[in-house]
Amino acid sequence: MTNLLLFVEAPVLLIQVILDGVLVGALFALAAYGLALVWGVMNIINIVQGELVLLGGYVALTVVGAGLSPFMAIPIAAAVLFIVGWLLYRGVIFRVVEKDLFTSVLATFGLSILIAQLINQGFGADVRSIDSGLGTWLFFDGIVSVSQARVVAFVLALLIGAVLVIFLRVTRLGRAIRATAQNARAARALGVDTGQVYAWTYAINAAICGAAGALIVMIWVIQPFGGLLYTVRAFMIVIVAGLGNVVGVIGAALGLGAAETFVGFVFGTQFQAAFVFSLLVVILVARNVRLARQRRYLR
Amino acid sequence: MTSRQRSLSCGFLTIALALAAPFVVPALKVQLAILCIMIVLALTWDALGGQMGYNSFGNVLFFGIGMYASALVQVGLFHDVGAYTAASGTGTFEFSRAQYFVGLALGLWAAPFVAVAVASLLGAGLLGLRGHYFAIATLGLGIAGGEFAASWEYVGGASGFQLPLFPGDFDDRALSFYALALALAVVTFLVLRFLYAGRFGLVLNAIRDDEDKAEALGLYTVRHKVVAWCVVAFFVGCAGAIFGNLNGLIEPREVAFSGATFGVWMVLMAILGGKGTPWGPVLGAVVFYGMKELFWTYLFGWQRVALGILIVVIVLFFPAGILGSLRARRAPATTERRG
Repeated sequence: MTNLLLFVEAPVLLIQVILDGVLVGALFALAAYGLALVWGVMNIINIVQGELVLLGGYVALTVVGAGLSPFMAIPIAAAVLFIVGWLLYRGVIFRVVEKDLFTSVLATFGLSILIAQLINQGFGADVRSIDSGLGTWLFFDGIVSVSQARVVAFVLALLIGAVLVIFLRVTRLGRAIRATAQNARAARALGVDTGQVYAWTYAINAAICGAAGALIVMIWVIQPFGGLLYTVRAFMIVIVAGLGNVVGVIGAALGLGAAETFVGFVFGTQFQAAFVFSLLVVILVARNVRLARQRRYLR
Repeated sequence: MTSRQRSLSCGFLTIALALAAPFVVPALKVQLAILCIMIVLALTWDALGGQMGYNSFGNVLFFGIGMYASALVQVGLFHDVGAYTAASGTGTFEFSRAQYFVGLALGLWAAPFVAVAVASLLGAGLLGLRGHYFAIATLGLGIAGGEFAASWEYVGGASGFQLPLFPGDFDDRALSFYALALALAVVTFLVLRFLYAGRFGLVLNAIRDDEDKAEALGLYTVRHKVVAWCVVAFFVGCAGAIFGNLNGLIEPREVAFSGATFGVWMVLMAILGGKGTPWGPVLGAVVFYGMKELFWTYLFGWQRVALGILIVVIVLFFPAGILGSLRARRAPATTERRG
């Protein structure tokens, strides 16, 4: 709590904390957008989302370890994760698409434990990160420092998001995905191969996560058991923003990022995870209590 | 044989086996005690997930709370807890025989009530959520508990809470905790059976089948949900207190509030045995625990990978469970009741 006084003494620190959070928040927005896509189209809450993000980060680590530039790692991570996503769909996910949500939650939770363990076996339990090789900008006599990697990651995240939105709007596949989201049966009747659409959707989501992971490993750290944090963040953002609301997702994600870094700064970073998970419960219950006044509930 | 007679003979057979087990396989007393704890976890999960239709991933919260509450009482009665955890329970902190057993008795007594207090505070808000929102909120709740415990230095932080040593040899210790765990499992089973047999169980089933209609019929759904949740918290808190002492060390993320082990195991055990059947969770716990021990022995290092695969396989190919699919084979017409 003593850190709170620092803001009184040096108010520009507040800018630093919020800026850090907002820049990370864009990466949460990517994962959240993917989650919303899968949720909207396939009616699955993808608990394995966070592990896909981590997997992207570890692919990037491997690529950089092989001597390539960190920025080359982003498309490679996305491509590898696209394949992983496709395989996951063909192996497991297609069996839970038509089942009730609890089945898919439990099955993807099992996958998340599985992948976290595989990562742990393959890469070890240590905290890892990549040095992007970029410098930092200093403002306010060096009190506020902004790492250029974070700014680049922020811009790239927004760019990937924009490409995705345009892809869903204009391409034939994008239209098929949106049609399936609106009404899968009608789409099938009109000749859309929904099985194929599901596979693409899931693989695209995995690719987004992979890109997000490759960016996160450059500006933050990753470790094998942190996946659920990303899932919960993505889920919270979608709950707050609503399905299919792009501006809302970005706003909620940046807000969450700022709130999280703020709490981490004031109470100590060891409380950051506790804060995220408690916030999830609080947001869900608060939304539901508001709905309950009209005798409705979250669905 | 009527189903009541069958159930009774099943019960007596199980009790006889359970009483004979520590003398038939004396080397496995600790494992048997853990099995009883697992049975309690599966039975209580089934009370919410199987009977009431509320799939919780967060019962492990009460498991952890029970562990810490009991530990705090056991140590706090005789020593300063902060100094005790700072020294990781070593050195100058001695417990006499009488102190140990008084502490244990009071700790086991206090743990369920602390768990129930937390459950009743959280209950109304949390149980308003339905379906997967409830599942994910409870998942977050369990992990939040672990994160808070891990960052709270007073109870040992991330390095955990070392419990007082049992005054006596290893064999006595294992046998006493087995007796405690078995008693808890039997009491849990009987109490839940008693609740299911009456009006209370019917209301829970009504909530599972159609909550809105149940409410429209004038049933106090919120009250029943919160009471069921508190009953579950009571027994899970007890189980946590016993397991904490059996384990000796309370590690916040991996033991006490572990969503990836106990939290998901209890769901799997209930599903494996058969959701919503009285004996399903018991059977599921026995089968699952046996498999788990095999994984831990023969696949060391890869055990959680195997477990992840097992979760996916059970959920995809075996959703009705052992008893569920037996029942479906016997009476195929009545299985699709719940749609």
